[in-house]
Parts: sequence; C-alpha cells; structure tokens
Amino acid sequence: MSAATILSLPDQSTARIPKMNFITKENGLLSWLLTSDHKRIATLYLISITFFFFIGGALAGLIRLELLTPQSDLMAADTYNKVFSMHGLIMVFFFLVPSVPATIGNFLVPMMVGAKDLALPKINLLSWYLYVIAGIMMIYTMAVGGVDTGWTFTTPLSTHYLNTHVVSAALSVFVAGFSSILTGLNFIVTIHKMRCPGMTWFRLPLFLWSNYAAAILMVLGTPVLAITLTLVALERVFHIGVFDPAFGGDPLLFQHLFWFYSHPAVYIMILPGFGVISEVVSTFSRKRVFGYTAVAFSSVAIAVFAFFVWAHHMFIMGISNYAALVFSLLTMMVAVPSAIKIFNWSFTLYKGSVTFETPMLYSIGFMGLFTIGGMTGVFLGSTGTDIHLTETYFVVAHFHFVMVGGMLMAFLSGIHFWWPKWTGRMYPEKISQLAALITFIGFNLTFFPQFILGTLGMPRRYAAYPPEFQVLNVFSTAGATVLGVGYLLPILYLTWSLKYGAIAGDNPWQATGLEWQTQSPPLTENFAEIPIMDHEAYDYEWLEKQNRARQQQEEVV
Amino acid sequence: MSDSTTVANNALAEEHHEHPSYQRHHFETVDQQFDATNFAMWLFLLTEIMFFGGLFVAYMIMRNWYYPAFVEGSHQLSIFWGTANTAVLIISSFTMAMSVWSAEVRRKGLLLLFLCLTFLFGLVFLGIKGIEWHEKWEKFHVPGLRYSEQAFLNPASDPEVYKEYHDQPLSPDMAQKTQEYFFLYFAMTGMHALHMLIGVSILVFMIIRAKHGAYTSGHVTFVENFGLYWHFVDIIWIYLFALLYLISRH
Repeated sequence: MSAATILSLPDQSTARIPKMNFITKENGLLSWLLTSDHKRIATLYLISITFFFFIGGALAGLIRLELLTPQSDLMAADTYNKVFSMHGLIMVFFFLVPSVPATIGNFLVPMMVGAKDLALPKINLLSWYLYVIAGIMMIYTMAVGGVDTGWTFTTPLSTHYLNTHVVSAALSVFVAGFSSILTGLNFIVTIHKMRCPGMTWFRLPLFLWSNYAAAILMVLGTPVLAITLTLVALERVFHIGVFDPAFGGDPLLFQHLFWFYSHPAVYIMILPGFGVISEVVSTFSRKRVFGYTAVAFSSVAIAVFAFFVWAHHMFIMGISNYAALVFSLLTMMVAVPSAIKIFNWSFTLYKGSVTFETPMLYSIGFMGLFTIGGMTGVFLGSTGTDIHLTETYFVVAHFHFVMVGGMLMAFLSGIHFWWPKWTGRMYPEKISQLAALITFIGFNLTFFPQFILGTLGMPRRYAAYPPEFQVLNVFSTAGATVLGVGYLLPILYLTWSLKYGAIAGDNPWQATGLEWQTQSPPLTENFAEIPIMDHEAYDYEWLEKQNRARQQQEEVV
Repeated sequence: MSDSTTVANNALAEEHHEHPSYQRHHFETVDQQFDATNFAMWLFLLTEIMFFGGLFVAYMIMRNWYYPAFVEGSHQLSIFWGTANTAVLIISSFTMAMSVWSAEVRRKGLLLLFLCLTFLFGLVFLGIKGIEWHEKWEKFHVPGLRYSEQAFLNPASDPEVYKEYHDQPLSPDMAQKTQEYFFLYFAMTGMHALHMLIGVSILVFMIIRAKHGAYTSGHVTFVENFGLYWHFVDIIWIYLFALLYLISRH
C-alpha cells in the first residue's frame, strides 16, 4: 500500500501548485458569487451542502438522544415529530439529492467529457441560487416553529390536521426541486453535446453514465413533485383540493404523485454514488472496471425501473392486491442491475493490485453496506413481509443503510479521491483512514440494532417506546456518537490540508480519467487545449505508455 | 521551436477573432452552441410536460369518478370566450413563428412588428382569461373563496345555461363534487396563465433587445427557443380547451 502511495506522489521538492488555476484566477467575494465556472459553483455547493449536513446531523443527534430512554423526556412528543421531519427534509432535499451531482458531479462532468464548462454555465449558477433560496426558506420554516408532517407531506395530515408551517416547507422543497432539475438538465445537455473529439459514449467514464441516469430521473421526476406540492399548498390555503376527501378528493392520489417522484429520488441519490465507486474501485485495483458495458447499462436500467416501482411505498395504504403484486415484482427487478454493479466491482478487485487508500476504504464500506441495504429492500418489496415490517425501525435501518451507508460513504470516498484535484493538496492519509474506519464502525453500531428493533416491532416516528427496547436503542445512540466523530474528523483535517497538506501534483493516484491529465487545481478552462480521447476508459496501459514517453522526454532534456 | 509556438499562438489568436461575438467561450463552434441550447430547451419542455402531467392525471381520475359533476361544471364555462382565446393563441403562435423567420432573414423591422403582435395577443389572451375568471366569481364558482352549489342543485335557477343544456339537478353529494371540477379548472388554467405571464414578460425583454438589433445579426437561438416555449404553452391550452370546455358538449 505505502509503496504505491510513495510511487504515485510526485517529488515534493519540485512539485508546486500552479500559479494560474481556477481558485487564484480572480479574487474577492463577488468573483465567486457571480462566477460561471463550474468548479467554483461546485465549491459553493460543497460549502452549502456541508452546512445543511451539519444542521441535519444535529437534528439526528437530538433524535438519538431522545431515544436513549424509553420515556419521551428530552422533548415533548410534538417537538420530536418536528425534529425528525426537519431531519428528513434537510437531509433528503438539501444534502442527499444535491450531494454528489451538484458538488463532485458539477466539478467533474465537464472535465470528464473534455469540455471547458457545462453547456449552460449561467443556468448552473442559477441552480445554486435556487438552492440557497430554498435553503433560506427551510431555515425560516425551522425558525418559526418547523413542520411535523414527516418529509413525505402525507395528506390529509399535512393539509387538514396540522397547524405547522407546511406551506413554507412545501414551497422550499419546490424551489430546491427546480435547482435539481436545472443541474440534471445541464448534465444531460453537456454529456450529449460537449464531448471532446474521440469521446464516444462507450469511452465515457462510468461516473458519467451514472450521473446521466440520475439526471434523467431529476428531469422527469422532479416536476411531478413540484406540481404535487403546489397542490398541497393550494389545498392548505383554499381548503379545497384534489387530495381532500371531504370534497371527494383522494389522499391516495397524493401518494401516487408523491412517490412517482420520491421513489426515483432514491435513485437520484444513489446513482451518482455508484459512479464514484466505479472510478475509485478501478483506480485502486489498477484494472478496467469489469464488464464496463454491463455497468453502464445497469445505470440506465435502474433509471428506467425507478419509474415503475413507486407503489411499493403504498402496500398498506389500500391499493389493489393485483397492483401490489405487479409493483412487488417490478421492485425485485431493480435488484438485478444493482447486483450487476456489486458483482462487477467485486470482479474488478479480483486479481487487481488492490491498495487501500482512504477513498478505497470508503468504497469497500459502501459495497458491504449497500448490499445489506439493497437486500433488505427486497424483504420490504415482498408484500407479505412488508405488511409486518413497514412503519417499523426495519424501514428506518433499511434506507439509512442505502442512504448513509451507501450514499454518504460514496460521497466521502469521492471527496477524498478528488480532493487533490480540487485543491491541489493531499489530505493526511493515516488520520483519514482512521476516520473511514470510525465511520464504518459507528455506522454499523447505529443502524444494525435498528434492524433488530424493527423485527421486534418497534414502530418508527414515536418519541417513546416500551422499556424492553432500551438496550438496543442505547447501542444505536452510542453508535451515533461514534458516527458523529467520524464525520467531524474529515471536516477538520480537510480544512487543515487546504494550507498544510502535501502538494498533490497532477495525477497522484495514477488514474486514467481526463480530469487527471490536467493540472491540480485545474485552469478555469480546465485544459490548456481541448483534449483528444484516443483510448478506452480505464486504459492503464495507455497511461503507462504516456508516463514512459514523458520520462524519456525528460531524460532527453 | 519557439518560432513554431509563436506561429501556433498567432493562429490561435486569429481563430479566436473569427468567432462571432455571440459565441460563448466554452463552446467550440456556433453550431455546438445552438445544438446545446436548443436541446436544453426541448428538455425543459419535457419537464413542463411532466409538470402539467400531474394535473392531467388528477383531472382524468376525478372526471371518471364524478362524471355528472364534471359535465355540468363544464357547461358553466363560456364556449364563446374559450373559442376566442383559442383563436387568439393560435394566431399568436403564427406571429411567433413569423418572428423566428424574420430573425433568421435578419429583418429587424419585421421582427419587431411580429414580436409586438405576439405580445399583444398574449395580453389579449390574459385579458379574456380575466373576464372569464371574473364571471366565475360573480356566479359563485370559485371553490374555497366564493362557492355555491345552487346552479347544480337547481339548474333552472341559472336560465342562461339551462336554456342551452337542460341539465338535470344533481344529488347534493354529486353537486358538492363540482367543486373538484372548478378547483381543477382554476389550477390548470391558472398554471397555464402563469406560463403566459412569464412568456409575455420575456417578450418585453426580447422587444427591447430586438430594438438594439440583438437577434438580427445571425444569432437567433434565443428567439427560436422562446418560440418553442410559446408554442408549447399554446399546445397546453389546446388540451385544456378540449378537456375543460369542449368535452361535455354533444
């Protein structure tokens, strides 16, 4: 492991951070706030989502503290309802959905296709401003008393029975949705129209395939959420609407419309994470991703299936048994492309020269945790077990395994992997490996007991629970503390590395992507001249040849 | 070595000069720029279809469930104003298409004329919509704010409509469901009118820019993409006209 690291790092005595790069090009706050450079917008996004992650994380901490004891003693039951609702809303719409696409994706998509910028740079900036406006509205919602519908805005609870700030929360999500639509639209156009010469579809890095699939979901799904939440807001204001049973409206219609977006949203959150894992696993195994085409198409397949499984959220809501049967079958079919990915990554490791730098540790963690999260999804997709397990902690554990164990691990993996490209400096390796380990242990300690709690019958969304569940809840809360340390560490040492990290050089990982063939941090235009793609993705032999040629040239000079 | 670099740099600089002023720096060619923005516009319209799609689904389900309420609710709409508005919009689509053509053949005067006409027809549409909504207000057909089921419990109390359709009285239960019809009517036409309002505002901006010759120098992307938007809003109206006004008149 250390041998590879030493080999790949450039000679520290000669390496310098290039004077001209996207960070140093212009100075001053305005040059950031009015920028159209995708790398600067990605940086703005990174700061904003980290901010919201810590708000959401603090709320999660409150939830776990309340559940330390069986009684509802830290806060009143309705405060608890608000806390978990705000936790869900902030984490889903302000962290998970924009996490990889708007930060790492924004930073990388143009570079990976060999372009100077996204196709619509101003729209990209607009998307960040929409995100900020939505964020301010959400913080306003929280400041004036919050909302307690859960992140799902379930009607008629949200429209008739609650007197909290549903309208401002719904409008905030509406605006955040448009920010995500614009990002998705930009990615699709960029990947279609901005590829450099020689960059065919099947030479695209898999990160782009999965972001493309996620972008399709953003573009097609989010508008449905927007109109649904508009109708909820109208119904609250005018006391009449299509979801209101008092006037012959149908609450189930809300469920259909809401989950038509919000199920694909799960894949909006996880697909870009898949992309990160493909890049990292290939780089640290020194091997082309096994079955490139299958992995690429599995992303597209997930995007297609994603639109036909939404009713599995509604098995206990009185939909017809036949519909439940069909949706159950379709749900299980999503497991196939997901499994293709997991198997192909495993095969990529096989006989590769695997090293365990931090991004790789996070990725391996991802593969294990996502597999558990995905498999328990199959349990919940079977109608019989779903009726017993839904609305229990089993569901909570399931989606936290996918979202936190999967997506957050992938996000951290990607941040560490591209940090040297982004900032020009390395993060400290030893402490970050420790942080990855702490995160993994903390995560399992937090969420694995919840599977057991769920099967024992502990319902979700209650501030109090029967005393016999306390032991496992104490484990879970203890785990959350460990997990908190695991998330705090990267913030500290990544900030530290901005100034004191070792100089990274252009290609510290000896990776093959186009983004590594330019300086770190990159120029505002990304490349000195538009690159020409003359090899397949993940072609390590090509890279070796390049390196040999460069060495020979240097010897001649 | 250094000579060839200089030559290459000069060539690059010259190439840079050849770019038209409207080409943004991150595109390689004008064609690529046009392709990309045009494609983006089509994708945006796709999101709009999904946006209105939610409303159409709600309409479909409610109409199936409360068929009589939807029929009699529909009878309350003014076919005259509806048809007039459809005609106005179709003509405005024509003038919009002519604007795109004028920009392509670089005739500034014509472009301004057709943009102003499109703008005017847009305003006329919104005006007529306002008249119709006002009528609904007068007749107590605004759910949530000012609603009465009188016209459906006792159709004869509304002689104008009764004369034409001879509607049967609805049961109190079904009469109440007419609120769903009018809620959808306001939600759908309101959302459409909002799109018209946005379109008309952008038209003002375009007329000002067209005056300065921004679109008659060969760069028609903006006019063309706005044209797509305008036609799209027009098509949505055609569906609304059929589903809300026409469908229950035999």
